Amino acid sequence: MTPNGAAGARLHTSFRSRLWSLTKKETRQLLRDRSNVAIGLVLPLVLILLFGYGLSLDVTRTHVALVLEDASPQVEQAIAGLRLTPYIEPVVTRSMHDAEALLRDHRVDAIVRIPSDFSSRLAAADARAQLILNGADASTARAVESYVTGALATSAARNAPGASASPPGVAIEPRFWFNVANTSTWYLVPGLIVLIMTLVGAFLTSLVVAREWERGTFEALFVSPVRPVEILLAKIVPYFGVGMLGFVMCLLAARWLFEVPRAGSLALLVLASVLYLLVALGTGLLISSATKNQFLASQIALLTSFLPALMLSGFLFDLRNVPVVVRAVANVLPATHYLALIKTLFLAGNVWAIVVPNLLLLALYAVVLLAAARAVTRKRIA
Amino acid sequence: MNVLTPFIALMRKEMLAVLKDPANRLILIVPVILQSLLFGYAATYDLVDAPYALFDESRSVSSADLAARLEGTGVFHRVAGPGTIAEIARTVENGDALLVLHIGADFEQRLLAGQTAPVQLILDARNSTTAGSAAGYINAVVADFNRDLRRRLGLAGPPVMVETRAWFNPNLETRWTFMPALIASLSMIQVLLLAALSVAREREQGTFDQLLVTPLSPLAIMAGKALPPMLIGLVQSSIVFVVTRYWFDVPLVGSLANLYGGLLLFMLAGVGLGLSISAVSLNMQQAMLYTFVLLMPMMLLSGLMTPIQNMPEVLQLATYANPLRFGIDIVRRIYLEGVGLADLAGDVVPLLLIAALTMPAAAWMFRHRLA
Repeated sequence: MTPNGAAGARLHTSFRSRLWSLTKKETRQLLRDRSNVAIGLVLPLVLILLFGYGLSLDVTRTHVALVLEDASPQVEQAIAGLRLTPYIEPVVTRSMHDAEALLRDHRVDAIVRIPSDFSSRLAAADARAQLILNGADASTARAVESYVTGALATSAARNAPGASASPPGVAIEPRFWFNVANTSTWYLVPGLIVLIMTLVGAFLTSLVVAREWERGTFEALFVSPVRPVEILLAKIVPYFGVGMLGFVMCLLAARWLFEVPRAGSLALLVLASVLYLLVALGTGLLISSATKNQFLASQIALLTSFLPALMLSGFLFDLRNVPVVVRAVANVLPATHYLALIKTLFLAGNVWAIVVPNLLLLALYAVVLLAAARAVTRKRIA
Repeated sequence: MNVLTPFIALMRKEMLAVLKDPANRLILIVPVILQSLLFGYAATYDLVDAPYALFDESRSVSSADLAARLEGTGVFHRVAGPGTIAEIARTVENGDALLVLHIGADFEQRLLAGQTAPVQLILDARNSTTAGSAAGYINAVVADFNRDLRRRLGLAGPPVMVETRAWFNPNLETRWTFMPALIASLSMIQVLLLAALSVAREREQGTFDQLLVTPLSPLAIMAGKALPPMLIGLVQSSIVFVVTRYWFDVPLVGSLANLYGGLLLFMLAGVGLGLSISAVSLNMQQAMLYTFVLLMPMMLLSGLMTPIQNMPEVLQLATYANPLRFGIDIVRRIYLEGVGLADLAGDVVPLLLIAALTMPAAAWMFRHRLA
């Protein structure tokens, strides 16, 4: 062995041992503070349960006030659908005045009014029913509207003279691909992974590292023989671990608790998540090194990573419906691409046209952000 | 006057602690403007542009008519013409088409013979809300198509027509529902965080003991800590309000006095919660993390993004401990429905209760933690 090689080997082992002891220190520091554990482990757990059980865009039961100004048997037949559907709980009221009061107090979501000339006009096939919705909650109102019109149409079809099994006209037979149950849980739970990874990667990391800058403990590291790359690596490792732990919790919950199917490959899902976690960690480190102040770091992390991941990634609101400018902003965010990836990998399968470009983009983001974090972290006192 | 002077000095100091850093001033104002604009545009469940693929095996006048009606809504535009089933399936998989209409070869014969002509509709339900509203649109178009068809065939129309009218939001725009809720939600983040940080900062810097030996009573210290976050929160709410009212043109039905009264109450409860967090945290980092741990579930259980009535009952009960739930309800009902504060006891009383519980709890913890 040449002397050169021996020196190289010594440097190599010392790099490893330095990294090892630094990582140990960072991990201890992370676990010592209860609030870190709360945000790294407890919050993901709470979020998983809330998302899986609590958040739903599916209106399952709605109270509808019924105002029957015409009390003939035909009316009962015409509105039988409202009483039969499991989605609607009819509340019979005596007058329009009472019904309006109920609607104002949010005790019912809608009013169905059958005017006094209903049965006489029914004979001429020209009967009108009035539906009044509370538009203050637009999406619920739309759901209620479709339930009520659907229920009325069902009973109308059944009562129509000469009703046949095959009425003339077009009949739509809808099939919901990738989400056969057509439940919002299936698309909210994969989106949850994005939120948790962002939370641990960007928010927690930026906060903790900014605190070190603020307290000057980073400077203490500078006088030690460690190199900046080693400091960064040692910071990344424990948070990476916490992030992946959150990811595994989400996977288990998705599979066993909420029974969301996974159509794509697990390997791709893990690869995408590793890349995104690196992106989030890079963002967090960059923010903390740039601000060196806990309050600012937490605000910027919240504003640039967490809230956009919640609002602009397509997690809740479909990006197809937003103006071009907003869509452009959304497409700059790594979270948007990660979300597209996991939603497709979970629900549709290995669709290469979506998987490949998004994976490449995430890899690019990871490299750029980590390099930027490395560039900002210099052994220099600001 | 004499009694108030030290109190005013404390408030000035608190405001300075937050606002003296230009970066802080910037971060309290600019993001609120950007967010209310961006989120206002982004937060919509209303279908605007739905690409669709047509798999038309009938190639008839009727099928062309149906497609033309679909495109006539301005929402649907065709991305792939007739092709093989495999090609069309791929456009859905890749997300190029939101839906496929599959019209069978005997479509027109069946229609003209007065029979039911089934049309298969395949929807990409990766986003179930979008899929649902697309299905709703198609159903409406088809109902129209059927009405005209029956008239042409000399059949009676559907016996019952439903005339729909929506109160408080005539076009059922999601934005109208969302923006008023944002007036309360966006400022909530800062109110909670600033209140949580105010005492934690003093603790971390060791100046809290000094504050306790000043002639100010503990109550005055609490008030001095509570008012600045409330003021900043009100400023932020006002920014979102201006954007909602004048940029997005959502008409204000209720009175401004009621709106601000409601917001003030909401901020009071928020500050109480923030100060309680402050009291249990040892340093700023903990205060921030705990705030965040609380903030996330509060946002999710507030009715901001998904209606509370869709939640299971246990969680609906949990929302009663959440000031944001009441804050959003107050603002929405005053803003959109024009209800007065006097008729909102269901929101006002819980908010007062939260404030009445958290403030004394925080004060008690401050004093007993130090001793």
